[in-house]
Parts: sequence; C-alpha cells; structure tokens
Amino acid sequence: MTGNQPTTSTRHTPGTQPMGRTCPFSPPEGYRTLREEDPITPVTFPDGAKGWVVSRYADVRTVLADPRFGANRRRVRPGDAPDAPLAPPPPGMFIMMDGPEHTRFRRLLTGQFTVRRMQKLAPAVEQIVADQLEAMAGAEGPVDLLQAFALPIPSLVICELLGVPYEDRAEFQENSSMVLRLEASRDEVMQAQSAMNEYIHQLAVAKRAHPTDDILSGLVQSEQLTDEELAGVGSLLLLAGHETTANMIALGTMCLLENPEQLAALRSDPALMDGAVEELLRYLTIIQYGLRRVALEDVELDGHRIEAGATVLASLSSGNRDATQFPDSPDALDIHRPYRTHLAFGHGVHQCIGQQLARVEMKAALSALFDRFPTLRLAVPADQVPMRDDMLIYGVHELPVTW
Amino acid sequence: MKVVIDEDKCVGAGQCVMAAAEVFDQRDEDGIVVLLDAAPPESRRAPVEDAAVRCPALAIEVLP
Ligand code: SF4
Repeated sequence: MTGNQPTTSTRHTPGTQPMGRTCPFSPPEGYRTLREEDPITPVTFPDGAKGWVVSRYADVRTVLADPRFGANRRRVRPGDAPDAPLAPPPPGMFIMMDGPEHTRFRRLLTGQFTVRRMQKLAPAVEQIVADQLEAMAGAEGPVDLLQAFALPIPSLVICELLGVPYEDRAEFQENSSMVLRLEASRDEVMQAQSAMNEYIHQLAVAKRAHPTDDILSGLVQSEQLTDEELAGVGSLLLLAGHETTANMIALGTMCLLENPEQLAALRSDPALMDGAVEELLRYLTIIQYGLRRVALEDVELDGHRIEAGATVLASLSSGNRDATQFPDSPDALDIHRPYRTHLAFGHGVHQCIGQQLARVEMKAALSALFDRFPTLRLAVPADQVPMRDDMLIYGVHELPVTW
Repeated sequence: MKVVIDEDKCVGAGQCVMAAAEVFDQRDEDGIVVLLDAAPPESRRAPVEDAAVRCPALAIEVLP
C-alpha cells in the first residue's frame, strides 16, 4: 500500500507522462504546464510505448469522439511488449472494441441503464444506504468509511442488478482490485480476469436453468451472446460497478470534509446536491491516468501528425481542470459552479454506461451520510490517508473517520 | 428551432434526458434516444443546445 508520493519537482519532465500528485485531489502538476505550453505532446510511456498525451479539454473530446482513434489499446501495462501486435479484444470486452462490434454489445445493455430506470431504482439504493449507515452507527470508535460504507453500496447495487450473489464478494472484489492495480504483472491481471470470467460463466450456466429477474438472466435469455462473451460482459459490468463509485463516495466525502465551507453550503441547501455531485466528478476525476486510444490511420491533430498505430492518452483529469472550459478557478471545488459538460465519464461512444447509476448512488450516499453523522470528521490527518496513486482508479485505500 | 437525432449514433448515455427531459427520452428496450418534440419552442433552446453539446456520440443536431 503506498500513500501520497511526495514529488520533488512540480515541473513536467519533457517526453514523459506527468506523474506524482502534489495535492491529493488534483492531477499531477505537470499537466498545467502541458495545457499551457504543449497541449498535444509526444511522450514515451512508462511501458516503452511511443505516443502522445493530450491535455486540453477540447482536444480530449476530439480524440474520444473521433472514430479514427480506436479503443483497442494494447500495451497498457509494464510487461506488455511495446511492439505487441494488435490482438483482438477478449470476448465481451466491449470497452476495447470499435464500430459495429462495439455497438452490438452496447445496445444490448443501454436499455438497462436509462435515466428513467435508474431513477426508479433510487428508493432501493436509499434503503441500502440507510442499512449501511445503521450498521456503521453501531460501531465503536473510528471506522474505515471505505469498507463500512462506500464499497458496500455500489457492490450491493451492482450485485442486485446483475444478479450476482453478494455473499461471493470477497473473491471477486479481490480479483477486480488486482485487475486495476498498476504494478500488477500481465500474468496476475490475466489470472484475475479469467477467475472473474469463470465465476460469471458458472453463474450464467445456473441462470440458464433457473432465470431470475436481473441483467445476467436477461442476457442469457436474449441468446445473443456466446458463453464466453457473456462472461466477458458480466465481469466487465461487475468490475466497472465496483471501485469507481466506491472511490467517488469515499474520496468525495474526504474532499467535502477538507472543504468545510462547501460542505456547510451543501448541508444548508440540499437542492445543491445535483450540482455538488457533478462538481465532485469533475474535480476528482478518478480515472486518473486517462483513457488510451490508438490511431487507426495517420491523423492530423491541431498541426501534429499522429501516425497510425501511435498510442494517444486523453487525460480526463487534465481536461477537467482546463480554464477555457471551466473559468473561475478550475482548481477549486465549487459546488455552485454552473454546469458545464465534464469528462469524468469519458466522452464519445464509450462514455460510461453506468453513469446514471453512479449519480443515483453518489447522491443517495452523500446526502444520507452527512445527515446521519453531522459531526463526521477524519480520524487521522488528511495527509496520512493512504491515496490510490498506484491504481488505475484513484481514491483512498482506506478512510478512517469518526463522529 | 428543429431538432434532429441520429438513432444509429446514439449510445444511450442519457445526457440528453438530463439536459432536457421535455424534449428527449430513452426507449425502454434499448435506451436509444426518443425525440418527444421535434420542434420545441424557442424558450427551450438553451437546454436543447446543452443536450446537443453533452451528447457523447454527437447524435443530436439543433437547426435554427
Ligand atoms: S445523449 Fe446522445 S447518446 Fe446519450 S441518449 Fe441522448 S442522444 Fe443518445
């Protein structure tokens, strides 16, 4: 477990992707330099791949919406050979697919995550939140808000939606965390991934015999996916539904506690909650190392020639601090900020399919938490909270709180 | 004001519904955008244009 990594320099080293935070809530300082001086910059990634980092809001959107950039990003980890050929994505991994293939999977799922359907789910989510708070209230002394509250909520909800038994969570939570660990080797990741797939596969087989009312059963019954594809889609949803929202709830709580005047404003006017959630999403952007794309042909981008095969990293967190899109102190948390489209859920055809669910969960969790525990506070100094610099999804490894 | 949507492009993200629920909805079966009002009154221009900007798939066009 690593904590905040102190950085010696806040300047950006040319030719590399900015790394190392100086503020637990802000992207590496080097991005500011890039945005101002070199917004489309050639880099060599830590794994040896050559490519580009795109750091301005407008360019991030352009890259993510342009079909000339493909989503099958090879070489995402140390140990992946820099010149590895473009292998087809694993069955069902539609976040790595382009074009009609991607559409086929996405369309099978979008109906399950509509705005209306997610709003209907709100009372059930609120009940789950209330139950977790009740359990937490009975605890003595400081508790880890991540394990006691932030993680169980999205886990219970996604398990319920997918039709995955919550009792099995220990195993798949461990596997999903391995998949997201930056330092994990390729073998470790593949092993964890296939364990998840195998688990979902077993479930799907059971549901074929005894379908229930959930997404997995629906997919089984639609008979549009092979068993392998079904396992891939299922484990992807399970993975995506877990750590993202959990970390937004935990890190969002920490961020509000560290911005007491913002928290006070929010508590005095619950109508600010919608805006506060969007602002936390923008400000914290937990997909901390951005989204990788691969140029499928030579592309001219604002005077730069990006060659076919080059990797392009679109930095969501940097784009979300771009003053041209977010005037008025983009580096401050401001829950009154007028809504401007942010990049926290990505952009383009791969934009997060679960975003409406995430919003419902964050709203329910944050409002009930501060209602139930008006004196909630960190149980350790903020700089001792272990941050997730070492994971693809940012947040806290634990968040000791008391009240 | 006229609104045109491209169902083929839509990825069902629901941003349009969040921006302008009077003008956009999503089909229950597949989450694809449904245009409730193809010629909304001028008073709805701001949220409708907001929906077009938010749409991640560039599936919404607003004509004068
Ligand atoms: S915002 Fe765009 S992609 Fe999302 S549902 Fe509306 S039209 Fe479809």
